[in-house]
Amino acid sequence: MEAIVIDNLSKSYGKVKALDNVSFSVRNGELFGLIGPDGAGKTTLFRLLTTLLTPDSGSAKVAGWDVVDDYLAIRSCVGYMPGTFSLYQDLTVEENLNFFAALFGASVRDSYELVEPIYKQIEPFKNRRAGKLSGGMKQKLALSCALIHRPKVLFLDEPTTGVDAVSRSEFWSMLADLKQRGITILVSTPYMDEASLCDRIALCNEGRLLGLDSPHQLVASFQSPLWAIRAKNMYALLEVARRFEGVTECYPFGEFHHLVVTDAFDAEKFARQMNRCDDFVMCEAHPTIEDLFIKLMKR
Amino acid sequence: MNEVVISVRNLTKCFGNFTAVNNISFDVLRGEIFGFLGANGAGKTTAMRMLCGLSFPTSGSGSVAGFDVMKEGEQIKQHIGYMSQRFSLYNDLTVGENIQLFAGIYNLSKAQTEQRSCQLLERLNFSSERNTLVGALPLGWKQKLSFAIANIHEPKVVFLDEPTGGVDPLTRRQFWELIYETAEKGTTIFVTTHYMDEAEYCSRVSIMVDGEVRALDTPRNLKREFAAESMDEVFRVIARGAKRCD
Amino acid sequence: MGFSNFFAFVKKESLHIIRDTRTMLIVMCIPILLMVLFGFAISTEVNNVNVAVVAPNRTDGVEEAVDKMARNNYFSFIGYIDNSEIDKYLRSGKVGAVVVFDKDFDRYLAHSLNGIPVKPIIQIIVDASNVNTAGSATLYLQNVLLDKASQQMLFETRLLFNPQMKSAYNFVPGIMGLVFILVCAMMTSVSIVREKEVGTMEVLLVSPVRPFKIIFAKMIPYFLISCIVLILILLLARYLLDVPMSGGVGGIFLLSLLYLVLSLSLGLLISTIAETQVAALLISAMVMMMPILMLSGMLFPIENLPTFFQVVSNIVPARWYIDAIRKMMIQGLSLLDVWKNCLILAGMTLMLIVVSLKKFNDKLE
Repeated sequence: MEAIVIDNLSKSYGKVKALDNVSFSVRNGELFGLIGPDGAGKTTLFRLLTTLLTPDSGSAKVAGWDVVDDYLAIRSCVGYMPGTFSLYQDLTVEENLNFFAALFGASVRDSYELVEPIYKQIEPFKNRRAGKLSGGMKQKLALSCALIHRPKVLFLDEPTTGVDAVSRSEFWSMLADLKQRGITILVSTPYMDEASLCDRIALCNEGRLLGLDSPHQLVASFQSPLWAIRAKNMYALLEVARRFEGVTECYPFGEFHHLVVTDAFDAEKFARQMNRCDDFVMCEAHPTIEDLFIKLMKR
Repeated sequence: MNEVVISVRNLTKCFGNFTAVNNISFDVLRGEIFGFLGANGAGKTTAMRMLCGLSFPTSGSGSVAGFDVMKEGEQIKQHIGYMSQRFSLYNDLTVGENIQLFAGIYNLSKAQTEQRSCQLLERLNFSSERNTLVGALPLGWKQKLSFAIANIHEPKVVFLDEPTGGVDPLTRRQFWELIYETAEKGTTIFVTTHYMDEAEYCSRVSIMVDGEVRALDTPRNLKREFAAESMDEVFRVIARGAKRCD
Repeated sequence: MGFSNFFAFVKKESLHIIRDTRTMLIVMCIPILLMVLFGFAISTEVNNVNVAVVAPNRTDGVEEAVDKMARNNYFSFIGYIDNSEIDKYLRSGKVGAVVVFDKDFDRYLAHSLNGIPVKPIIQIIVDASNVNTAGSATLYLQNVLLDKASQQMLFETRLLFNPQMKSAYNFVPGIMGLVFILVCAMMTSVSIVREKEVGTMEVLLVSPVRPFKIIFAKMIPYFLISCIVLILILLLARYLLDVPMSGGVGGIFLLSLLYLVLSLSLGLLISTIAETQVAALLISAMVMMMPILMLSGMLFPIENLPTFFQVVSNIVPARWYIDAIRKMMIQGLSLLDVWKNCLILAGMTLMLIVVSLKKFNDKLE
């Protein structure tokens, strides 16, 4: 069965089309990533699926319930972590957890076993006010609160934004753990490097889907040859490389520039010519989700 | 090219008996893109505030753009540019008004303002947007514009705080290109961020943990040293043992 | 579900309030401050007004009247002056009022006592730079200078219930009308809007709890606080400002409870309109306070307002509340006597609750 089915969903705010005819589905027990920059429509999609907004057109089902007709049923079986930290900063860790349990008519004791691996890490601070926690600990508390009623589907809107690299990797391993327990997770992120941690991902931009598949399959669909080049003067290199025959695209990529080329590209000739630049290095590169994203955006 | 633009020696900042920044030393050269990394609460913000002339060190010495961080905070502010992702431009002013405002803040003459704003708009292909409200621009445009405005008084150093978070990959590339171009002209770029993929673009990076600089090198050397594939991995190895968080 | 999560809400809301001691203090102090301020400092009461007298003939009648005035605590008699000096004395601020006796004062007084119509025999010239004080001073002077019998014939005015025109009596109902709106409407609206702003409302809405529960749980702690404030105000009014409350404290209390609920519902309505805390504050401050100050009869009698504003004042709840409280506190009427006001307030409350519950969406749009 599919945990989430989205069918031609559209939503506009005034003239701005936040979501434009989006369709996809998420399987039961899947860790599904929604990847795109700010303004891609990720938050709007989350709000539609959590029944906070009503779609302009199209339909969607969460855990078998329709987001318009059965919205109350959906509300009791999903967990939602909005993009902003949405716990009570003036309540303690424990008070927050108890409150959210009561909100769903659940008891902390009954669900403790589910949240334990996460909550255990912040339990030593249970009498501390939530506002006084570090970014990483806040995320853990928010996740515990979103899980306390044992939801079937978990919606996490940019949970790792503003969190440092260590906490981010911890957070993703907690998600992998929850997936093992059979919870369907829809998570959004603006960071392309987090894509590989999902079972399947949807790349989205400006309210539309650019592509949807497993990270592996998506990267494989890149196809065009890709080179990485580097020299002492990166800016000059960029300008020179772009003028070379057969180069469709040249853009900065970390310590390298990535060079997307056509079959007309003569790598040896290129290397010979560029060797005049100081410290020139050239090697074949494996495309990443980010390369694909750029390619899909240009199309 | 080897002119030192930022020089820091044994810089320390204490709040009560909490040492936020503990004895850090480093040099940043002209035209360098220097990444200043650290986990939340590592002391990045405190250190950067001292370099921007916003707060005085408890001990140690440092100079930014030729001015002493101990005594010449005001001069430092006149000779640096600053751009943060959170705040940079006024959404309810037009592109042109924002440019004029910041030109005014840095005491540019009327002729200079006119000339530089034309230059700037042309470089960004924004000339047609001069009378558009900044609030109506897409995020990526706003960020490019605010970077350009941070450079309007041609400062020696520009401080960037998480400049490209949340922007689509394409705009992000354009942004880095703009940074490369600016650095190429001799401006030093000082980037604070906790997104490691931004670190990959820097010529050198320092990583702060618990108020100290734990690593300082080019991303390439750091990755080799830690046998890591990405800066993200490097960072995790170094910051894993952090005792402090915000 | 059921009661346990409702109770969890009330507990959470109370924790918010307890943790925010500063706001709590302000809420408790505002009423006390207002009471003291209006009760003592800002007063339209006549207190120690210097009075000079112009009397062409210092007859027995004049002396008797002046003597009566001089003995009164509220006026200080500073002496007789000449007709030509009136302007000088008033301008320099040496006196607040000048009483000018007719040269045939005694004769006309006798006439009037015998029922023969006479022309005015006393002129009161008052420094009216403070309109309120001037008005009360004039009236009170008239009251003091002439005894009851003659007064009845010479003046139409009589001062009932509050013969010294103590302003505290006047202001206590006004303050109550204002404070409860401030405490209830402002605090509930801000606390609801804060959840919208911070984003917690999103999480609350994506839960099986129905919106009316969220709302009522929010109202309860604020209602309790307001009750404490109410008791505080009543105690202050009774023992510090000596307001008689002759109509019975019970009635006043009951009516005030109704007004509290009304204010809470008003706060609720504001929260459905405002998107930010600042907006909520501004709406409650500007949209609520201005009409209360201007159109409720708190500062200016409603009868003195232009007709348009008199009509508008009908929809200001504080107008009906203040009017009723005034009647009960000072006039000594009972709750039954002000049934019309009660009915109007109850109707308004019901309407506000219905409208805001309708407007309080369980979605984000």
